[in-house]
Amino acid sequence: MREQHPIIAERFPDLHPPFAAQAATVEANRCLNCFDAPCTAACPTHIDVPKFIKKIASGNLGGSARTILDANVLGASCSRVCPVDVLCEGACVMHRYNKQPIEIARLQRFAMDGFHALGGRLPKKFEDSRPGHIACIGAGPASLACAAELAQQGFGVTVFERRPLPGGLNTYGVAEYKLPAWASLREIELIEDLGVEFQFGAEIDAEKLAEIEREFDLVFIGVGLGAGHGLKIPGGDHSGVVDALEFIAAYKTAKITSTNGKVAVIGAGNTAIDAANAALRLGAAEVSIVYRRKRENMSAFGFEYEHAKQEGVRFLWQTLPVRVITDGGMLEFMECTRVDDAVLPVAGSEFLLPCDLIITAVGQSPLLDLLEELKGVTLEKGRVVIERRTGRTTNPRYFAGGDCVNGGREVVDAVADGKRAAIAMTRHFEATYA
Amino acid sequence: MPDLAVNFAGIASPNPFWLASAPPTNCGEQVMRAFDAGWGGAVWKTIGEQVTNTASRYSSIDWNGQRMMGLNNIELISDRPLDVNLCEIAEVKKRYPKNAVIASLMVESKREAWHRIVVQAEDAGADGLELNFGCPHGMSERGMGSAVGQVPEYTEMITSWAKEKARTPVIVKLTPNISDIRVIARAAKRGGADAVSAINTINSITGIDLDTFTPRPNVDGKSTHGGYCGPAVKPIALNMVQQVTSDPKAALPISGIGGVSTWRDAAEFFLLGCGTVQVCTAVMHYGYRIVEDMIDGLEDWMREKGFATIEDFRGLTLPHVTEWKHLNLNYKIVAHIDEAKCIGCDLCYIACWDGAHQCIHRDRVTGPVDGPVELHTVPASIEAATRATIAVTPIPRLDAHTRDGSKDKTPVERIPRVDETECVGCNLCALVCPVDECITMVEVPTGLPSETWEERARSKECAPPAMHG
Repeated sequence: MREQHPIIAERFPDLHPPFAAQAATVEANRCLNCFDAPCTAACPTHIDVPKFIKKIASGNLGGSARTILDANVLGASCSRVCPVDVLCEGACVMHRYNKQPIEIARLQRFAMDGFHALGGRLPKKFEDSRPGHIACIGAGPASLACAAELAQQGFGVTVFERRPLPGGLNTYGVAEYKLPAWASLREIELIEDLGVEFQFGAEIDAEKLAEIEREFDLVFIGVGLGAGHGLKIPGGDHSGVVDALEFIAAYKTAKITSTNGKVAVIGAGNTAIDAANAALRLGAAEVSIVYRRKRENMSAFGFEYEHAKQEGVRFLWQTLPVRVITDGGMLEFMECTRVDDAVLPVAGSEFLLPCDLIITAVGQSPLLDLLEELKGVTLEKGRVVIERRTGRTTNPRYFAGGDCVNGGREVVDAVADGKRAAIAMTRHFEATYA
Repeated sequence: MPDLAVNFAGIASPNPFWLASAPPTNCGEQVMRAFDAGWGGAVWKTIGEQVTNTASRYSSIDWNGQRMMGLNNIELISDRPLDVNLCEIAEVKKRYPKNAVIASLMVESKREAWHRIVVQAEDAGADGLELNFGCPHGMSERGMGSAVGQVPEYTEMITSWAKEKARTPVIVKLTPNISDIRVIARAAKRGGADAVSAINTINSITGIDLDTFTPRPNVDGKSTHGGYCGPAVKPIALNMVQQVTSDPKAALPISGIGGVSTWRDAAEFFLLGCGTVQVCTAVMHYGYRIVEDMIDGLEDWMREKGFATIEDFRGLTLPHVTEWKHLNLNYKIVAHIDEAKCIGCDLCYIACWDGAHQCIHRDRVTGPVDGPVELHTVPASIEAATRATIAVTPIPRLDAHTRDGSKDKTPVERIPRVDETECVGCNLCALVCPVDECITMVEVPTGLPSETWEERARSKECAPPAMHG
């Protein structure tokens, strides 16, 4: 995974190619350097955008990367995966200047690529080690941001992760043309370099939790969400029906390098679009997104929808899967029906959609089995309830952030959660050991 | 149709756009192509005793991604044989009789040498002579160029030597590397000069290589100061031109030089009294072709303003330039921000707070106000408040209400407000605002009669002494 499989590399080249050095300078010079810049306000981690951009313009690339990392330790992956149209670039005043917004994401990537190329390391924020041990459960963006900040502050941190590699969705779940797994892993190496300990293959059950509670002062819950909802129709348990995130993880780890025939993707969120685009790039003859509501109801970002159309994905609106039809064990059709605005089947509208693979992307369920083991931690609709500014749960020893709290937002939101929790934990320790 | 033809101190030219004595006028082939492109005249690259030039020769200042805001050179006069230059001048004049060819001259400070070069240049067919008393590097170390132009007596003497033989108009090119350019302009006039040209290049070190610690341009590990020109020097040139044209003891026809890149720049020099302008850096950057828009743009502007010739507007700005002591102290203007045009960059706010008088505020609010609005929030507090906010990515599924097209509308909180009672009318906010016509300076009638500093000082002198208690 630290190296892309050649077929994956060929089929998933950068969607937004990096800037050449001089092009970056030209773009950086275009930035107006707004005061109290709206881009900075829009960023969940409040990266000082004009500051890092003007450092690119002045040729201070190291300072530029440090500015980014000071606010967001996953600045490299965020530069590739953030939906900047609705964040920093969407807030750019250039929209009102009758001009293109500054290409903040590509500039951020430029600064971070330069940082990694020169072997940059994360700075410590507190030189010595201090008393205070924290367990971070899950090695996704929220936990990583929390762990990095705490390690930079001099505390001992151990990250427990079920999978063999860190990064969570950054490593396993983001479209490869946005963020290749190796880029996610490269960034996390810097966090390991801070002294954060990682335990992989760690299954967290009641017994393990009790052990963690004994050994650590505070615990951060950054476990994300669980399995996909699946396809609850007759034949939905067929082996030709796969979960979108598992499909994405499979091609990112090169367990699959091709997709054949016709593919139906159920759901119209950003993950559905990532899976549909991937299926096409892996060789599918036809990919249809099947969605029970209308285009304006889809949860994918507008730019993701436009991208999918350019890739050649078909969209079947107001269409509901009814059953999966197989022939000799092989998938043959998915029977669908048209539905009205109330998602009620329109009589006589049934049709057969030929398909060789069905990918479900209808959201993930919370990891209730795990979350319900957390004593004194209140859940609401399967989400961990926290105090927003500190990430503290109703059990003062537990903090939480990321998808298990917000139900599934972006990497940058998870990073902001993790960092806020780490800052609150730092204050807790400083008060405790003062 | 405006007529751009000019007669400059007796030199006829189809238009007032001349190439300055510099690399673009190094040889006949170049000058002929320049005339084909539309240049009215050319001041030949200075001729004299043949020199050897260095490699490298130029360096420049880039600004915010733009190349060559200012250009510096350490090139000397022509490094081609004198007879070749003379021969080519003759050839150019034969083929382009209507265009002005001016020979720029520089020889050692001997009467016979100047007599000889004047005769040679005129015999070749030059329409006029420009005495190079301005070159600030190399030649000045040999007692020529600015070594002459910095001493009024030398300037007057050598001008008079040239005039003893000259049958064509003599233009003295002035150096800016002097505390008062009028002193040299007056000396040139006393020496009999028919015209002056200004400014020559300004002594400069453009920059230093931060790896080798050697200034640019680098000549085998060493550098030397050069002559600075290009857009960066235009304000300095305009001031010096105005000083000369406003001085009765110096006033002669003047050819304006210094950062002229467009017709707008040229028009400014004409408005300060210049009869022609000379261009170098812009041509070195983009080629002779730029003269097309200089002609086209100037003609258009003249049509719009109703000017038929350059003479119709030459010098019109001079009555508007005065000394500080004659400015009206009772004139009041304040900044006005057009809310519809404001894009919310808030550069005016921070400029006013950090660089001016703290009278632009970010205190506009939407909805009802509970209690007094804090007017003077310092910039750092505003930034800290923003960092303390919790922002999330708006997700269509979770945040249906955020799906809107507000990118086109500036939030009212980001549109700064000018405290007009505090505004001193300095212009800074209007200068930093990236949007044309968004911040304008509006006159506020004070009801007071015009009063200058000089008048105020005089009335204080006349007033009875104040009582001290």
